[in-house]
Amino acid sequence: MSTDPNLAPMPETTPAPDRQEFAGNLSRRHRAAKIWRVVFQASTVVGIVVLLTLLYNIVTESFGLVAVQNEVEPAALAIGGVPMEDLSKEQLVEILKGKVSAGIMRRLERDEPFAQRSREGVLTLVKERVVNPEIVKSWPLTESLLKRGAIEEEVRQNHPKARLEFKSWLNWNFLVSPQSSEALLTGVRAAFLGSLWMIAITMLIAFPVGVGAAIYLEEYYSDNWLTRLIQTNINNLAGVPSIIYGMLGLAIFVRALEILTSGALFGLTDATTANGRTILSASLTMALLVLPVIIINAQEAIRAVPGSLRQASYGLGATQWQTIWHHVLPNALPGILTGTILAMSRAIGETAPLVVVGASTYVAFDPSGPFSKFTALPIQIYQWTSRPQEEFRNIAAAAMIVLLIMLLALNAAAVLLRNRYARRW
Amino acid sequence: MAVATEDVRIPAAAIPLAGAPVDLRKRRRPGEIIIQGFLLACGTLSILTTLGIVYVLLMETLRFFGRGGFNPLDFVTKTTWQPAIGEFGIWPLVTATFVTSLVAMTVAVPLGLSVAIYLSEYASTRARSTLKPILEVLVGIPTVVYGFFALTFVTPGLRSLLGRDTVEIYNMAAAGLVMGIMILPTISSISEDALSAVPNALREGAYALGATKLETAVKVVVPAALSGIIAAFILGMSRAIGETMIVAIAAGSGPSFTVNPLHAAETMTGHIVRLSGGDLSYDSIEYSALFAIALMLFLITLVLNLLGRQIIKRFRESYE
Repeated sequence: MSTDPNLAPMPETTPAPDRQEFAGNLSRRHRAAKIWRVVFQASTVVGIVVLLTLLYNIVTESFGLVAVQNEVEPAALAIGGVPMEDLSKEQLVEILKGKVSAGIMRRLERDEPFAQRSREGVLTLVKERVVNPEIVKSWPLTESLLKRGAIEEEVRQNHPKARLEFKSWLNWNFLVSPQSSEALLTGVRAAFLGSLWMIAITMLIAFPVGVGAAIYLEEYYSDNWLTRLIQTNINNLAGVPSIIYGMLGLAIFVRALEILTSGALFGLTDATTANGRTILSASLTMALLVLPVIIINAQEAIRAVPGSLRQASYGLGATQWQTIWHHVLPNALPGILTGTILAMSRAIGETAPLVVVGASTYVAFDPSGPFSKFTALPIQIYQWTSRPQEEFRNIAAAAMIVLLIMLLALNAAAVLLRNRYARRW
Repeated sequence: MAVATEDVRIPAAAIPLAGAPVDLRKRRRPGEIIIQGFLLACGTLSILTTLGIVYVLLMETLRFFGRGGFNPLDFVTKTTWQPAIGEFGIWPLVTATFVTSLVAMTVAVPLGLSVAIYLSEYASTRARSTLKPILEVLVGIPTVVYGFFALTFVTPGLRSLLGRDTVEIYNMAAAGLVMGIMILPTISSISEDALSAVPNALREGAYALGATKLETAVKVVVPAALSGIIAAFILGMSRAIGETMIVAIAAGSGPSFTVNPLHAAETMTGHIVRLSGGDLSYDSIEYSALFAIALMLFLITLVLNLLGRQIIKRFRESYE
C-alpha cells in the first residue's frame, strides 16, 4: 500500500483535495488502524489472562497457611512415653472409651464392632473424636507467602492455642481417604473411583454404538429421509443442554427402568440403591450425552479415509463390511479414538446431569460395581463449594486440581495420538 | 498393498463351464445384512434419544398442568415461583436465565469477535497456532470449576469494586461474567471460521482501493461473514442459557423476580439442579414442575440451535 499521496493519480474532473486535509485524514486512518490492532490483540490476551487467573485461583486456594487447634493434644494421650501413633489397638480403644460419651461408643460399636476394626481404623477414630483438630482459619497461598508476619501476629492474638502450619490441601491422605464430614480428614477416594467406574461403563456403551452409527451414516449412506433425519438429529442433540439429559435419565433410567438399574433384575437387594440412583443409571445417561460427540468425530475420521482405498478393496472382491472392517476402520481409528477421548473428558467434567440423576452427596465406601450408589469428582467439588466454611473451599480447590490433572492427561493422550498416527491423505 | 502378480491363476472352479450359466446375481450375505441392521440400530438410537426427551418432558408437563390446584395460565402470567405454596409463575426463572445470559453475551460478543478478527486477519500462522489451542483450553474446563471461580474470585472482586451493600454474595453478574468467558471460545472459533471463509479476493480488492487493514477487516470482511458471526452469537447464547453449574453455584438459590444483575436470582437450570439434588417424590407437583421448566429450556435452546445451524449452512453455501 502506498502512503505517498503524490502517487495517487487524481481524475482531472474532480478538484484536487487539499493536500493537507488529505494527509491529515490518512494519518488519522492509520492511527485508528494501529489502535484497533492493539485492541484486537488485547482481547486475545484477556482470554488467556482469565484462564491463568482461573488456574491461579485454584492453586492459591489449595495451598497455604492454616491455624489448627486440637481439642486434646496428641502428646497428652501418650501412655508411658509411647506416642499415640504407636499405641496398640486395645490402648487406643481405652482412650476412646475414656474421652467419648457412652452413646457415641455404642453407635460406633453398632456401625462396626470394635473387635473387627483394624488398628489403623481405631487410630483414625481417636484422631477424629478425641484429638479432633479443627481449622480455625486458613489463608490462601499468596497471602501466606507475602503477609506471613501479619498472619503470625493475628494467630497469636486471636487464637493463642492454635498452631500455625503450612498445609498442602492436596496431599496423599486427601487422595486415598474416604469421605468425611471433617475438612481435615476428608478425601476424594470414593469420588475418584466413582468417576472411573462411571467413565468406564459410559465408554463401554457409547463407543461401539457411536462408532456404529458413524459407520452407518458414512458408509451405508444413501440420501434418503431416514439418513438425513438421523444426521440432523445428531447435530441437534449435540446442542441440547446437559441438564436435559439428566432429566431424561431421571425419568427413564432411574424411574422407569428402576428394576434394571437398581440391580433388582439380577437378584440384588440393597436397600440403599433400590431407588435406581446407581452408577449404571449415571453411565447410561452420560452415554447418551456423549454419543453425539463420538458420532460426529468418528464421522469426520471415517470421511477422511480416501475413497480410493475402498475402491481398491472392492476391486479385490471384498464385501462392504470386509472393506469397512479391514480398511476403513483401521485407518480411521486414530481419529475415532481422539474423538472418543474428547468425549471422555467431557463426561468426566459433567456435573449437572449427575446431580439430577441422583448422585449421592455422601458415600463413605468405595463403589463396588455398576449397582452401587455413587458420587463423582465434580459432584464432590460442587458439594464442597456450596458449603459456607472456608476450609471446604480449600478442599474443593484441591479436588479441582485432581480433576484438571485427569483431564490434562486425557487431552495429552489425545494430542499424542493425533500427532503420532494422524495421516494426511 | 502387495499383490502377488506372478502367480495369479484362476481357480478351475471359477471358470464357467460351457453350457452351465453362471449366477451373476448378487449373492445373499446374511452376515452383512445383520451387521447393517445393527449399525442402523445404532444410528436410530439418536432418534430414540430425541423422542425420549420430548416424550418424557411432554408427559410430565401435561401431568403438571393437569393436576389442578392452580390456574395453568399462571405459568406464563404470574411472577412468583414458589412450589411450596402452589405459586407457579415461570417468569422469575426466565428473567434470571436471560439476565445471566445477557451479561455473558456482553462479555463474550465483543471479546469473541475481537479475538476472531485478530486470529483470522492479523495473527501470523505461528501466533495463531499457539494462541488457538490455549483459548480452546477454556472449552475443556469443567463448569464446576468456572462456578468456583465465579464464587471465590469474581464475586469478591465485584464486591470490593462496587461495594458490599450493592452486590449480594450470590449475584447474577459474577455468574454471567464467568459464563461469558466460558462461551468465548465457542463464539470466537465459529466467527473465525466464518471470517476465514471470506475469499481473499475481497480483501485484496479492499487493499487495492487503499483501505487500511482495519477498514478491510471491519468494512469488508466482517460484513461478508456477518451471517456466520450472527450464528456464532446465537449458538453462544444457547450455550449460556443451558449452562447449569456456574449459575447453580454463583447466581443464588431461590427464585426472585429481578433484572438487577447485582442481585441473587435462580435460573431455570439452577432451579432444576437444586430441587432434583434433594429427594423429590415422583408424585409431588414439584417433580412434574421441573419437567415443565425443562421443556421450556429445551424449546428455547432448540429454536436457537436450529436457527444458528441454518444460518451457518447458508453462509457455507455462499462461498463454496
